[in-house]
Order: sequence, then C-alpha cells, then structure tokens
Amino acid sequence: MAGSIDYREAGLIAGLEVHQQLLTPNKMFCRCPAGLYTETHDGEVLRHMRPTLSELGEYDGTALMEFKTKKNIVYLLHEDNVCTYEMDDTPPFLVNQQAVDIAIEQCLMLGCDIVDEVHIARKQYLDGSIPTGFQRTAIVGVNGRLPFRGRTISITQVSVEEDSCREVSDKGHLVVWRTDRLGMPLIETVTGPDLLTPEEVEEAILLVGRVCRSTGHVRVGIGASRQDVNVSVRGGRRVEIKGVPKASWARRLVHGEAIRQVNLLKLKDELIRRGFVDARSIEVDSADVTALFTASPLSFLTREGWDRFVAGEKRRPGFELGSGPFCVRAARLKGLAGTLAWPTQPELTFAHELAGRIRVIAGLDQSPILLHSEKWPDYSGWLAELRKVRGRLRCGPDDAVVVVWGPDEDTRTAVAEIRLRYIDAVGGVPNETRQPFEDGSTDFERILPGPDRMYPDTDSPPTRVTRERVEGLRASLPARPWDREARWDALGIPKNTAHFLIRRGGATLVEKLVAAGANERDAGFFVGEKLKFLKRKGVPVEAVPHERWVEMFRFFSQKPVLKEAWERIARETGRRPLDPLEATLSDLGLGDPPPAWRDSLLGVVAGAHTTGHDSSPGRLLRHATGLAMRSLRGKVPARDVIAILEVLLSATGGEA
Amino acid sequence: MSTVDPLKGYKGLARETLARLGVRVWSEVELTNDAGSVFTGVILPRSETFDDLHVVLKLKNGYNVGVHASRITGVVETGYKEAVYKIPEKDFPARPNLPKVTLLGTGGTIASRLDYRTGAVIPAFSPGELYGAVPELADICNLTTKKIFGVFSENMAMENYVVLARAIGDEIEAGADGIVIGHGTDTMGHTAAILSFMVQDTPVPIVLVGSQRSSDRPSSDAALNLIHSVRAAAYCDIAEVMICMFGPTSDRYGLLHRGTRCRKMHSSYRSTFRTIGDIPIAMVGRDGFTYLSRDFRKRDRSRKVQVDAVYDDRTTILYYYPGMRPDLVDALVEKGYRGIVIAGTGLGHINKPLYPAIKRAVEAGVHVVMTVQTLWGFAQMYVYDTGRDLLDIGIVPLENMLPETALMKLSWVLAHTDDRNEVMRMMRTPVSHEITAREPHNGYLIMQGGLPETQEWIRGHWK
Ligand SMILES: [Zn+2]
Repeated sequence: MAGSIDYREAGLIAGLEVHQQLLTPNKMFCRCPAGLYTETHDGEVLRHMRPTLSELGEYDGTALMEFKTKKNIVYLLHEDNVCTYEMDDTPPFLVNQQAVDIAIEQCLMLGCDIVDEVHIARKQYLDGSIPTGFQRTAIVGVNGRLPFRGRTISITQVSVEEDSCREVSDKGHLVVWRTDRLGMPLIETVTGPDLLTPEEVEEAILLVGRVCRSTGHVRVGIGASRQDVNVSVRGGRRVEIKGVPKASWARRLVHGEAIRQVNLLKLKDELIRRGFVDARSIEVDSADVTALFTASPLSFLTREGWDRFVAGEKRRPGFELGSGPFCVRAARLKGLAGTLAWPTQPELTFAHELAGRIRVIAGLDQSPILLHSEKWPDYSGWLAELRKVRGRLRCGPDDAVVVVWGPDEDTRTAVAEIRLRYIDAVGGVPNETRQPFEDGSTDFERILPGPDRMYPDTDSPPTRVTRERVEGLRASLPARPWDREARWDALGIPKNTAHFLIRRGGATLVEKLVAAGANERDAGFFVGEKLKFLKRKGVPVEAVPHERWVEMFRFFSQKPVLKEAWERIARETGRRPLDPLEATLSDLGLGDPPPAWRDSLLGVVAGAHTTGHDSSPGRLLRHATGLAMRSLRGKVPARDVIAILEVLLSATGGEA
Repeated sequence: MSTVDPLKGYKGLARETLARLGVRVWSEVELTNDAGSVFTGVILPRSETFDDLHVVLKLKNGYNVGVHASRITGVVETGYKEAVYKIPEKDFPARPNLPKVTLLGTGGTIASRLDYRTGAVIPAFSPGELYGAVPELADICNLTTKKIFGVFSENMAMENYVVLARAIGDEIEAGADGIVIGHGTDTMGHTAAILSFMVQDTPVPIVLVGSQRSSDRPSSDAALNLIHSVRAAAYCDIAEVMICMFGPTSDRYGLLHRGTRCRKMHSSYRSTFRTIGDIPIAMVGRDGFTYLSRDFRKRDRSRKVQVDAVYDDRTTILYYYPGMRPDLVDALVEKGYRGIVIAGTGLGHINKPLYPAIKRAVEAGVHVVMTVQTLWGFAQMYVYDTGRDLLDIGIVPLENMLPETALMKLSWVLAHTDDRNEVMRMMRTPVSHEITAREPHNGYLIMQGGLPETQEWIRGHWK
C-alpha cells in the first residue's frame, strides 16, 4: 500500500456503523412492498431542501449562499413500490413491528440492553436522499459486545431505520433519486471506536455481517448491507467513510484515511507556523479572468468550450445549470503558496480537498474542477497564461492561485468554499462524510452532521417493548455466530465453510437438519459444501424448500443406503423442488434393493474380465464395483456389493 | 403567569420515580438501569398522551429513549438547562420602495424554529423572527405582523371570523398594500368563504396561507407558500379573498384560489387545495404571476373596503344519506336552528320520507337550502319530479355553491334578516362567485390514474 505508517503510533482508531436491510415483506412506515426494485418510473416530483432555522443560525452570508447553491432534487416514482408516504405527501403509518422484532433479535445476539420504549427520531439529511429531509430512526438496544480476536468490541447501539433513495445522477445543480429502496427497514449496528488496524476493520465488518445474518431475517445480495467506517488518528477528528460496499475495500480505505489525517495534521502545523491561526487570518480574494483565457488552448476555459459542455450534457438553466454568465474566476490565496501540493491521501494533494468541496457545494463538476498554481497543465504558453492571472490578482511570490470556471454565481461560491476549507485546515481534520472508491481513495461528500441534527418525530408514537416480547424472541433465537463457529470447529468443519454457512443463511438449514435427527457434521458438510458444489454445477438448489432437505435427512436415517446416492437425489430434487421426496425416491427406484441384484453381479464380473490390461492389486475389484454401483447406488449398500464381488472374482480366479 | 410543572407530562409511576430521585424535566443526568446501562442525556417533558411508566431521555447522540421507571436504579444530575423558547430576531429591513404587507396570525405555525436539544418547535411570527426563517421575504415587501389569536388556538369559530374581518378592515384602512392570513389548512376553506362575505369591496388582495408539511421539516412547503402569498399580497392585481397554496406537489408554483370556490381535497398532500367548478384565478411563481382568469376584481387603492362582520351560528349542514331519519330534521328545529344547508345527492335530492319533516321545518321559519354533495355541478331540482316536489316544499337550490360556502353564507345572511324572501334573495345573489353562471369544461377535472393517456401525462410532468 502506498505510504507507510505505524498505526499504533498514529493513534488510529476506527468503528463501524453496519447497515443491514431486513427481510420483511413491507416497508417500515408504509405498506409498500420492500425489496421490489424497478429501473423505470412513472412519475417525477421536484423538491428542494431548506435548512431549518436553527441550522441556519443567524441570517448571514453563509445562509444566503446555502439557498443560492441549493440543489434541485428530482424523485423518480414507480407505482409498484412507492406510495404517497415516500413522496412525503402522507404522514407515516405506525412503525413496522416485524422490523422492530428483528432489531430486538440483533440486540439479543449482541447481548444489548433493550430499551423499554422505542422512540422514533428524525435524523436530518439535506442532500435529498430522503424526501422528508430526514431519516426516521430509533434506538432499540444499547451496550452490547462482540467477541473479537480474544477481546471485546463494544456495541454502542443497535437502531432500526428506514433506507434512503438510490442516486441516479448528480449533475451541477440537479440530483436525481430513485425511490424504490426508500423506506425499506434497516438495522444499524454501531461499534465503539475499538478497531486498531485496517485489517481489524475488514475482519469486524465480516463478523458483524455474520451476526446480522445469523438471525435469518435479513436480506442478502448486492446493496443489502453497507457499512460506514469511522476513522480518526490522534489529534484528528472522526471522518465517516460512507457506504463501503465490500469488506475487502476497508483495508485500503482506512489506511488511506489514516495517512490523510496525519498529513492534514502536518499541514495544520505548517499553517500555524506561517501565522494562520484563525478564520480571519485566511485571506482569499478573486477576480473575473474570463478575458484572459478567450484564446487559451485549455478549451474548457473558453466561452465556446463551456457552451459545448453545457449542450453536450444537456444542462438546462434553472435545473442543472447555475445562475449567471460563464466566468473563469481566479482566486488569490494569500501566503498559502506550497499548500495546494501538500500531500493528503496516497497520491493526492490538498487541491483534491478543495475540488471535492467545490464539486459538492458550488455544483461545479466539470473535470478537472479546478486548476492551481502548483500543478498547472503543461502546454505551450502555459507559463505566460498563469503569469497573466497572477498579475491580474497582484499575487506575491508567497501567494497561491486557484482557477475555477462555470456560472458566475457558482464560481463565487467556489471561492468562498476554498476559504472555508482552509479555515478548516487551520483546525486540522474537519469532520466529514467521505465517499469511498475502490482504489482506496475517498472524496468529500458532506460535512458530518453532529447530534444537533436529531430531533423527535412528532408523527410517530413511541413503542413499548415489554419483557414478555423480548423473552419470546430470545426463546427462538438462533445460535450466535461465534458459538456456532466454535462448535463446528470442534466437529472438524473448516472455518471457511462455517463462515459461508452463516453468511449465506445455510446455518439455519443445518440447524433444521440437526433438529430432524441428522448428524451435525454431516449436515454442515452437506449444506456448506455439497449444496454449494451443486449450485456451482448449475443445479437450482436455492429453489428447494428447506423441508425437502429435512425429509431427505430423515430418509437417510431410515435407509442409510440412500446417503450414497445423495448427489442424484439432490439433483433430482433441484429439478422438482415441490414434489414430496418420497415420490422422487420412488420414481428413481431408490431405497430398496432391486430383485435379483445379486445375479446381476455375475454379468458385471464377466464384463469386467474382458476389459483393461492394468493388473495393479484391487484394480479389477474397483472397476467391477464402479460398474455395479451405476445401477445399484442408493439401492444396495456399496459394501454389500463389494463383498459379493470379492467372492465372485476370487471364484473366477481373477484376483483376491 | 402559571407556574411551570417541573415534571411536565409525567404521571403515575414515572412521576413518583423522578420526584423520589430528585430530578426534573431538563435535568442533565447520568441514569443507570437494572442492567447496568448508563444513559447520559437530558430528561425531556413527556407527552400527556403517553403512558405513565417511562422516563424519556434525549441522549448525547441525539436519539431519544424511554426507560421504564421501575428499572431505574440510580440517577446523577450533572446539570440543568431549560429549553429556551426564543427565536433569534433580526430587524426586518425597511425598504421604502417596496409594498407594505400585513401578516395576520390566527394560530398554527407558518414558520418556526426547531430546538434541536428538545425537539420543540418554536413558532416564528414577528417580522424579525420570520426574517430569520425566510429571509427572501425582505426582498418582496415591508412586513408587519399581528397576532390575532393565541398561538395555540387553531380552533377557528364564528366569533374569530368577526375579529379577523375587522382586523383586515383596519389594516387596509391603515394603508396595507395587501393582507396575508396565516391559517391552519383544515378549515382554511371555511374562513376564506366567510371572509369573502364579511369583507367586501377590498381594494387589495387578501390571501390565506398555511402549510401541509410543518416548517420544522427541511421539505416543508411552508416557506414557499409564505413567499408566494406575500408576493401575491404585495403585487398581484387581484383584490379578492384568496387561498394561496401549492399547485402541484412539486416545489414549483402556488395557485391563487377564489375564497368561495376552494376546498381542501386531500388529508395530507401538499397540493391539497382545489378550485371546484371553476379554474384558479392565477399561478404565482418565482417570476411573478400567470393569470388564468380575467374575471376578477382588480386592485384599486381608491376603493373603500366594506366590513360587515356579523353571523348567526344557528345553522348546519345536513349531509344526506339514504335512510336518513326525519326526526333528525325535527331535532334541529326543536333545538332552534334557523338555517339548514342540505348536501343532497345528484342534482340536489333527498328521499320522500324526509319531505314532511322538511315541510315542518320550513313552516317553522327555518331556512332550508340545497347544495350538491358531488361538489361539482349544479343543484338543478326542476329536472326530476323529486326535485320539483322539494321546490314546492320550500327548499331553495343554490346552484353550484359549495356546501361549506353555503353554510358560511347562510350564517352571515341570517345575521341580516329573517325574512324568507330576503334570505333567499341574498343567498341566490352571488357576492364573490360563490354561484357562477357557467361551469367551464375544465372546471371539472379529476384525472383518473391508470388510464394510458393520464399515465402518459403524469410521466411527463412534475406532479
Ligand atoms: Zn409506501
């Protein structure tokens, strides 16, 4: 991995917020079906989010700016999976109690203290991902623990909440969201900041995932579980890497964030050394330099280039497009020369931090978003152009320059945002939510909101959770994953197989088989390896109801000979999953020896005589057995067949 | 001033427990339960409608939880901080060249600030508070605000209409260029209707406004409705009583509906108000007005407003249904009701068994009028025999007047006269389009979803 760092020395700590969709037929606050995704729509709604007053604070320039840069938000609706609740045109119905039950199960798995009265809160999100502007969420349990690498990870809380929209596009000032996923029930499991290395983060994600899946009541598949990873180093601040889709991404992301924070802390020291100590000391001014670039080889800095971009992207005034004429705006960053090329994440610099903010907050998203004096593109005449800009801004040698372009108002917002980002830099690491990429890098998504964004949902009454309800759920709780793993380990089931069983829901089937009298080791291998093998071979084993496999194991204990034909039975069952197993077996003629099967072995022996020239010991017997079992597997135990063949072969003088 | 209960909303076991532990609402506490969990947060007031078993805490991370009082094993009070129900105020900037608009408050909240610590919604009402919440208002007008009724009074009734009508008259005479009335949406239609009769010949717009999603939500329609209504009051050319609310559910434009022809048609949609039997007068958006109708009274500062704020509330609506028993009508007469608006079926019908009771009512001097419960269309009782029989009994049809508007008008008319002919003349003479001569074909438009042509239209529009 790029960049190296001693995590312990840096004081790296990380925690998880694992979001897991629940397997309920309906959504959380309305009666729409959950899990029904659509890629088309039959209606659209246009909305805006308005910060509520306390977030605005006083009426000032920042507040006005927020309004001017606010996003147009379009929601795509499909009548199959959303109703007027998701559109925020109907208040919530009473909370889905099935979802609360599953959250309680998760709490019990983790040994949480379950709250006596569940209160729905609103968590504000102004990015439009939820049409109300807030997510309805509630704590169900607190104070749990998770055995991990010989120690204990604390579980701060388990909450139940509604899922958000899926983003379709985000261009300039228009963001489009699909609403099908909106309102599906989720549980969120929050760990304490107890993870100390990127490897631990990856492992803990998988472990929490197995806990969720152990309930058997959660969804699996793409997007069904997503995790936010909170990272900080000593002296830094909590940064949330949001929506990490795979555990395997976590290592590089956490590593990269640790490096980023360490570098930002070094930048802080450098800024302080240069005398930047507070907001007032950061001076950024700007000028319209459009005229300097009318003939620039950088075509995106010309009016014509911009018009082509707008036309090509079909950006409409009042929707995607910001207000004001096209403008190239240059900002002078007083005394900040050298800071734009300051390293942050592996292979990225502080200019990337600015670009992220400008993209999100000013809505300027044309690549490369900004140009700056410390890494100007290389073309003939570049130095003259940059010099002209510096002259226009009256730059001194210690000043840095950033150039942005787009609708005039957006460029002004961008300049204001550059200044704000530097003010944050004086404080070290700003609290941010960052978007992860597969290469291990992250980009700014939004300022991380604090507890102030939470307030009670006056539309929903609290739910009392009685002890009887909790005990009822405890009574039917499946085993915890670490208990299962320990038991299976003792039975000789490999760890990978155990994890696979827990992750993919096979553990539940194993338990059903054991309850029906199967040997646990056999059941574990059957579900964890044999079924997996058949699935890979294209047998539709997932369509087979669990009860069919339970029947199969029942037959196995009645007629052990059937075990030898497990593959044939399983394949046939996959072909006709709804037929009772008895019928399947009888059609295959399995279970009982065919009449005169002993006599048929004479023919086998005769045939076996004539083939092959290999004379290794036992070769003939193996060959004959193979031939015989083709028709007798699952009808006559192999060892009986072998015993007779041995006699027959020695009688004919073949071998003994 | 009444003293504030330090255990606000707590009853029974929860109250006893808090009292015993010596903590109160707004105490910052570390609360321990019998499982050893420690909850750090603030004790919140409890809703009166919740049970008496749980203590509600707002935790440090912003979530609320309820802890069963019997499970509390210890509480340490670490602080106490009462919620401040005060909004930061800034002077509403005076701009002499902008129109003067008066906002009259009738209760309910158009704008508000949220106290995140407690979740309390604090109404914003003074110009300074509103300026803090909706700064765009300062670019539109000079705003004056007056609270007519208590903040928590959302139960408008006849006596409130009188006070409101007089206040409107006073503000207009004092030189307001437009009036905005903040109002809860449930009975906004009723208020708009009766104000249309109580305040006549207005020289300036009178605009009622409210919100369907309260202003403590980022997606609220309140701010945009307020902006639209203030803009309409300040600049639009329509000097009538109007309702200004969302046109579509999308954040696009507001509609100006005639006060006598407007009805709330959905319990929760943003675009709940609809002009019935006609089209809205105008659209109001970011860039001004689109007038849809030419048939309105124009703004004219020289016209003198007539306030005629009287009522008689011995009136009611009978929403007819098959099998309605005649003794219901008898009971109304017996209780002294003076006016009955029937919302009849179809073209204005009720069934025969009621005839004698209605006849007795009319003979007793009760004024009985007919409207249609279909809302759209006219009471045309001469078409069928049944209708003609009703006319003979003395029921007077009110054409296409909406039932609620008819009730409001009848209450107003009965405060002027008890003479049957005069009552009926006044009822049938429109003051403000409550009866129209013609219904345009687009005055009735309930699109049926699911039809291919509707679906196609819906797909292509922001709803
Ligand atoms: Zn729904």
